[in-house]
Amino acid sequence: MNLHEYQARDILRRHGIPVPPGEVATTADEARAIAARLGGRVVVKAQVHAGGRGKAGGVKLAANADEAAAHAAKILGMTIKGLTVSRVLVAPAADIASESYVGIIVDRTSQRPVLMVSAAGGIDIEEVAAKTPEKIHRLAVDPRYGLLAHQALGLALKLYGDIAQARAAAEIMQRLYAAFYAVGASLAEINPLVTTREGAVAALDAKIVIDDNELDRRPEIAALRDTSAEAPSEVAAREAGLTFVKLEGTVGCCVNGAGLAMATMDLVKYYGGEPANFLDIGGSSNPQKVVSALRIITADQSVRAILFNIFGGITRGDDVANGIVQATRSLPLKVPLVIRLTGTNEELGVQILKQAGFSALTDMDEAVKQAVAQVKAA
Amino acid sequence: MSIFIDQQTRLVVQGITGRDGSFHTRQMIGYGTKVVAGVTPGKGGRLFDGVAPVFDTVADAVSETQANTSVIYVPAAVAASAIFEAADAGILLIVCITEGIPVLDMTRVLPYLHERGARLIGPNCPGLISPAKSKVGIIPGNICRPGRVGVVSRSGTLTYEIVHQLSTQGLGQSTCVGIGGDPLIGTNFIHCLSAFQADPETDAVVMIGEIGGTDEQQAADFVQQAMTKPVIGFIAGQTAPPGRRMGHAGAIISGSSGTAAEKMAAFARAGIAVMKRPADVVPLLKERL
Repeated sequence: MNLHEYQARDILRRHGIPVPPGEVATTADEARAIAARLGGRVVVKAQVHAGGRGKAGGVKLAANADEAAAHAAKILGMTIKGLTVSRVLVAPAADIASESYVGIIVDRTSQRPVLMVSAAGGIDIEEVAAKTPEKIHRLAVDPRYGLLAHQALGLALKLYGDIAQARAAAEIMQRLYAAFYAVGASLAEINPLVTTREGAVAALDAKIVIDDNELDRRPEIAALRDTSAEAPSEVAAREAGLTFVKLEGTVGCCVNGAGLAMATMDLVKYYGGEPANFLDIGGSSNPQKVVSALRIITADQSVRAILFNIFGGITRGDDVANGIVQATRSLPLKVPLVIRLTGTNEELGVQILKQAGFSALTDMDEAVKQAVAQVKAA
Repeated sequence: MSIFIDQQTRLVVQGITGRDGSFHTRQMIGYGTKVVAGVTPGKGGRLFDGVAPVFDTVADAVSETQANTSVIYVPAAVAASAIFEAADAGILLIVCITEGIPVLDMTRVLPYLHERGARLIGPNCPGLISPAKSKVGIIPGNICRPGRVGVVSRSGTLTYEIVHQLSTQGLGQSTCVGIGGDPLIGTNFIHCLSAFQADPETDAVVMIGEIGGTDEQQAADFVQQAMTKPVIGFIAGQTAPPGRRMGHAGAIISGSSGTAAEKMAAFARAGIAVMKRPADVVPLLKERL
């Protein structure tokens, strides 16, 4: 789950990291009032889960409160990468002397949290990693002991020549590491970490991504979810207990298991079609899930055919067949349905489907070919 | 032979009285797995299905029954704790089926296991099966046949699909291992490939990977340097968009890294025959056996 910048800033602040003031506005008038309170020049920043906000015109400098209101009026309601902006952050325009980058991820190879720092801050860190990897310094932290003081200072000295600033940055890194574990993050970054003209070190912008598996035990973090910032079909899928990712094609896919779901999408492409979505109904064969899945798939106007690919293991073929029959009764389909059903209780499942007027195939390639052919005939 | 599990496997089931645990325990017993004990705190003293005594702790189960392998079906909130407990009781092979364990929990679990020399398979995996010998986890026994092909996979149902193709076309399996779909797992492709290479009853290996991470690329290097047995590879997620998690927590292309194209190219460079679709598995294997 992605947090907004303002939410990430709050978390850092609560962990004792210096963050410049700033507040969130949902209207131009609120933005004006915040800018007036802060005084002086401010920056108005769109709060959306998308990179490249600046390039899209979602970040603007304002000389005074009226200008801040004017910018907020333009940014609120703006669409950035398909997401509508409903909040802006209004913060003082910092007078910056230097910018660097500090981030933490969990590295899959070392299986440890890895701290990454770079003096090349303020810009896209993935670009730095791709073009000039030598500018990024990395340290794998032993989670049993955490980020030790000398380790943090060693990294901070790669960023700052001044020992007082290095000590301040090292303190910030240790606090960021603590926050990373405290909120259950899979990514936490400060970009940029700045020094002001007065020499203070502060976190100007922050990004935190929460591991979805942490949300059950951290209701206070789960409550930060902003569903207005997500695609409605994906919100509906999550609420129904399904994993769904919308794609651009025309063959709607409904599969049990993530690997098989990906392989099904790939096979659609192999036979000349384009998948409309990734959808894993999971191990359960609860008919209600099948109903929700069909509702989400059919809400996509570009879907021209629906393909079920079920390999019954623990999932029973007859349960899924009953689900499909019930679902199509309550939700009449306007596009052809191709069903592949094999594995546990396959014969029973096929029989249930036949009685309801559906046919079912047992071979995956054959089913995918038919679904693609249906789309081409439509 | 086979890898990791066989007739010597003495299994303790953690979460044996739960909905999933009890269902799958019956399946495992039915398959012939030696289920010697179960653990559910507070339910010690019972007998599960007249077969397996239930204990309050894994330590009690081990000292009473000499269990040497554990399988975990407990909910995600307590699964990391269950892995710690199994390792502490001296279990050296721990199979964790549970999906949804926070990654940061795993950063603490894995060093603990390393220190004790314990192997973890999973989490978020279907377990493993050595056909006609033992099954630990949830892989349906009826789709497997005993034979000489090793299978290792990050997926569940996709593995069933490919194993089904093998079995129905006369190619049995020595062991099928589901290593799990999470970003941090206890046993990776290289561990399994190396065990299959050493297993005299395995002639070839099918490796089923997916987008996300670099485990397949490292496995490809290993195949090139250390394996003499033929390896066939598949990568799921050729049509997956970058930056989106495709069901499995570990199945995500970050930036431009972890794509199917990159992994398939690494396979091809290492001399691994690359399947374009699941149905290619048998023809490709038969070419190489």
